[in-house]
Amino acid sequence: MLTVLFDGLAYGMLLFVLAVGLSVTLGLMNFINLAHGAFAMAGGYIAVVLMQRFGLSLFWGLPVAFIVTAAAGAFLERTLYVHLYDKPHLEQVMFTIGLVFMSVASVDYFMGASPQIVDVPKSLEGNIEIGDLTLNKYRLFVIVFCAVLTAALQLGLSRTRFGSRLRAAVDDARVARGLGINVTAIFALTFAFGSGLAGLGGALGAAIFSLDPQFPLKFMIYFLVVIAVGGTTTITGPFFASILLGVADVAGKYYTPTIAGHQIQVGGFVIYTIMVLVLIFRPQGLFGRAPGK
Amino acid sequence: MNAKITRRHTLAALALAATALSPIAAHAEDVVKIGVILPMTGQAASTGREIVAAIKLFQAQKGDKAGGKKVEVIVKDDTGVADITKRLAQELVVNDKVAVIAGFGMTPLALAAAPIATQAKVPEVVMAAGTAIITEASPFVVRTSFTLPQNTMPIAQWAVKNGIKKVVTLVSDYGPGIDAEKTFVATVKEHGGQVLESLRAPLKNPEFAPFLQKAKDLKPDALFLFVPSGQGAALMKQVSERDFAKEGIKVIGTGDVTDDEQLNGMGDPVLGMITSMNYSADHDSPENKAYVAAFEKANAGMRPNFMSVGGYDGMALIYAALDKTKGDANGAKLVEAMKGMSWTSPRGPISIDPETRDIVQNVYIRKVEKKNGQLYNVEFDKLANVKDPFKAAKAAKK
Repeated sequence: MLTVLFDGLAYGMLLFVLAVGLSVTLGLMNFINLAHGAFAMAGGYIAVVLMQRFGLSLFWGLPVAFIVTAAAGAFLERTLYVHLYDKPHLEQVMFTIGLVFMSVASVDYFMGASPQIVDVPKSLEGNIEIGDLTLNKYRLFVIVFCAVLTAALQLGLSRTRFGSRLRAAVDDARVARGLGINVTAIFALTFAFGSGLAGLGGALGAAIFSLDPQFPLKFMIYFLVVIAVGGTTTITGPFFASILLGVADVAGKYYTPTIAGHQIQVGGFVIYTIMVLVLIFRPQGLFGRAPGK
Repeated sequence: MNAKITRRHTLAALALAATALSPIAAHAEDVVKIGVILPMTGQAASTGREIVAAIKLFQAQKGDKAGGKKVEVIVKDDTGVADITKRLAQELVVNDKVAVIAGFGMTPLALAAAPIATQAKVPEVVMAAGTAIITEASPFVVRTSFTLPQNTMPIAQWAVKNGIKKVVTLVSDYGPGIDAEKTFVATVKEHGGQVLESLRAPLKNPEFAPFLQKAKDLKPDALFLFVPSGQGAALMKQVSERDFAKEGIKVIGTGDVTDDEQLNGMGDPVLGMITSMNYSADHDSPENKAYVAAFEKANAGMRPNFMSVGGYDGMALIYAALDKTKGDANGAKLVEAMKGMSWTSPRGPISIDPETRDIVQNVYIRKVEKKNGQLYNVEFDKLANVKDPFKAAKAAKK
C-alpha cells in the first residue's frame, strides 16, 4: 500500500518537473507550446549520449541536460517562438505540433527508433527497506530532488525580484514595459528556464521510463492533463495535480478489480476520469483562480 | 542452360510473330517481385531493421535467382500502422504486380494484409508477427517466424517441472500477449500449478511499476513476462529495480523479453533469467555460427535476433518454393509448394505444417549467461518439433 503511494509520488514528481515549464509558458506567457515534450526528449537524449558515448554518470547528465536544453529553448524562442506570441492559439498549436513531428523524425534519424537505456548511478541502485516498505533508491532521489526544486521555484517566483517582474510582465506587459521592465528578456529567460526544466525531467525520467523518439507524443497527453487539472496560474496547482495524477495512475493500475482471474482494464482510465470531472466542475483547474480579467 | 536459352528464344520468336509482344513484357516474365512490408520507422523499427538485414544477407549469399527467375525485393515502410500496411499491400499487388507479399512486424499488420492475399491469390509470408490465429486469416498465409503459444508452452512446462507451483503472469495487452497468457495459464493449470493473477499492461505503457509491485505483493514462486520485441529493455529495467530474487520470486518469460538485439544493454540484472524461444544468437550449430558471423559483419556488429531468422527463413522458403514450381509464380501453386517444406535453418530443423501452413520448430529453454563479456541466451534444454499448440488443440477437438 505504502509502496504504491511511494511509486505514485515518484511518478507524479517526475510529471511535475516535466510539465511545469509548460505551465509557465501557458499560464504566464499565454502561449501554447505543445513542443514542450520535445525539449524533455532532448534532455533525455543528451543524458543518453553523455553516458553512452562519453561514459559519464547520470549526475553529470542532469545539469548538462538542463543547460543544453535551456540554451536550445532560448535560441528557438528568439528565432521562432517570438513571432507567434501575438498569433491566435490555433496557429501556435499548429506551429508547435509541427515542431513535435520534426523532433520525432530527426531523433529517429540520428538516434534510431529503439528505446534507449539509461543506467542509474551505482550509488542509487537497489532498495532501502523499512519494515514492509520497499523504497527504490533512485525513485527516492527523484522525489527529494523534485521536492527541493519545487520549493526553490515557488520561492523564486514569489520572493525574488525576477519573480515579481515576471508576474508584472504577465499581468500587463504594456504597463510593465512602461515601468522599465525588459519584458522581452524576461520572457526569453523564462521560456529557456522552462525548457531547461523539461530537459532535466527528461533526463531524470529516462532512467525510469524508456526513452524513444515517440516520447513527446506519448507524454503530451500527460502534460496537458496536468495543466488542465492543476490550472496554470500557480506553481502549486500543477504540482498537486501531478502528484494526484501520478498516485491515481499507479494506484488505479494496481487496484484494478479482478473478475475470474482477469483484471478489468480500468486502470488507464482513472486519470482521464479525474480530468473530465475537474473540467466539468472547475474549468479553471483544481487550484486555478477563476478568470479575473 | 543452353536449352533454356533456346526455349526462350523460340518463345520470343513465336510471340513476336503472333502477337508482337513487346520486349518489356517478355522481360517482366523473368522477374519475380517480392513485396516486403515492415515497420522501418516508429516503435517496432528494430523488427524491420533486423528482417531487412536478414533478407539482404540471404540475397547476398544465395544470389538473386530462384527457379530460373530473377527475384526482386521491394521494401516498404508501414511505420507499424495497420491501415498503411493494407494500403501498401494493395499497391504492391496492383501496381508492382508482386508475386508474394512478406514481412509484417506485428499481428494487426499481418491481419490487415490477409484479405488482400486472399482476394489477389498472392502468398503472404509472415516473417515476424506471432499471434496463433494469423494463419487462419487467409489460405494464402504461410508463417516462418513463430507463434506465441508455441514459444510459451515449453517455459510453462519447464516451470512446473522445476518446482514452481504458484505463478503470476504479466503480459502486454494485445493479441500475442493474450496468446502467451492463455497458453501459460492453461499449461500451468494442466500440470497442477496455480495461477494467482494474470496482469495485463497497456501496450504503450511507460510505467510498469504498479503491475510489478502487485506481482511482488502476491508472492508467487515465479513471475512470467511477455512484451513485444523492442520493449524488453524497458521492462527489465523496472523488474531489476524491484529485486524479485530477494523475495525468492523467479522471473521467467518468452525470449521476446531477452531479445538478442537489446540483451547486452540490459546489463547484469538479467543474468540467470530463464526464457523459452525458437532462436538464440548463441544456438550451437555450424549453420548458426556462419549466420551470426555473416550477419554481424554485414551490419556493423548488430546481433541477429529471432526476428531476423524469420526473415532469412522466409526468403529461403520463397526461393525453395520457386525452385519447386520451376519459376511459376502463381500464388496457389507457390503456397502448395511451401506446404510441408522442411530445411535446416540457423535456428535448427524447421518445417511448414501442411495442414496449418504454420511453422514447426524446436523451442529451446535458455538462461542468460555471460560469454566473453557479452550477454547471451544460452540454450540448455529443448522441446523438439513443436507445432502451434493453439491450432493443434483445435485439430484434436475435430
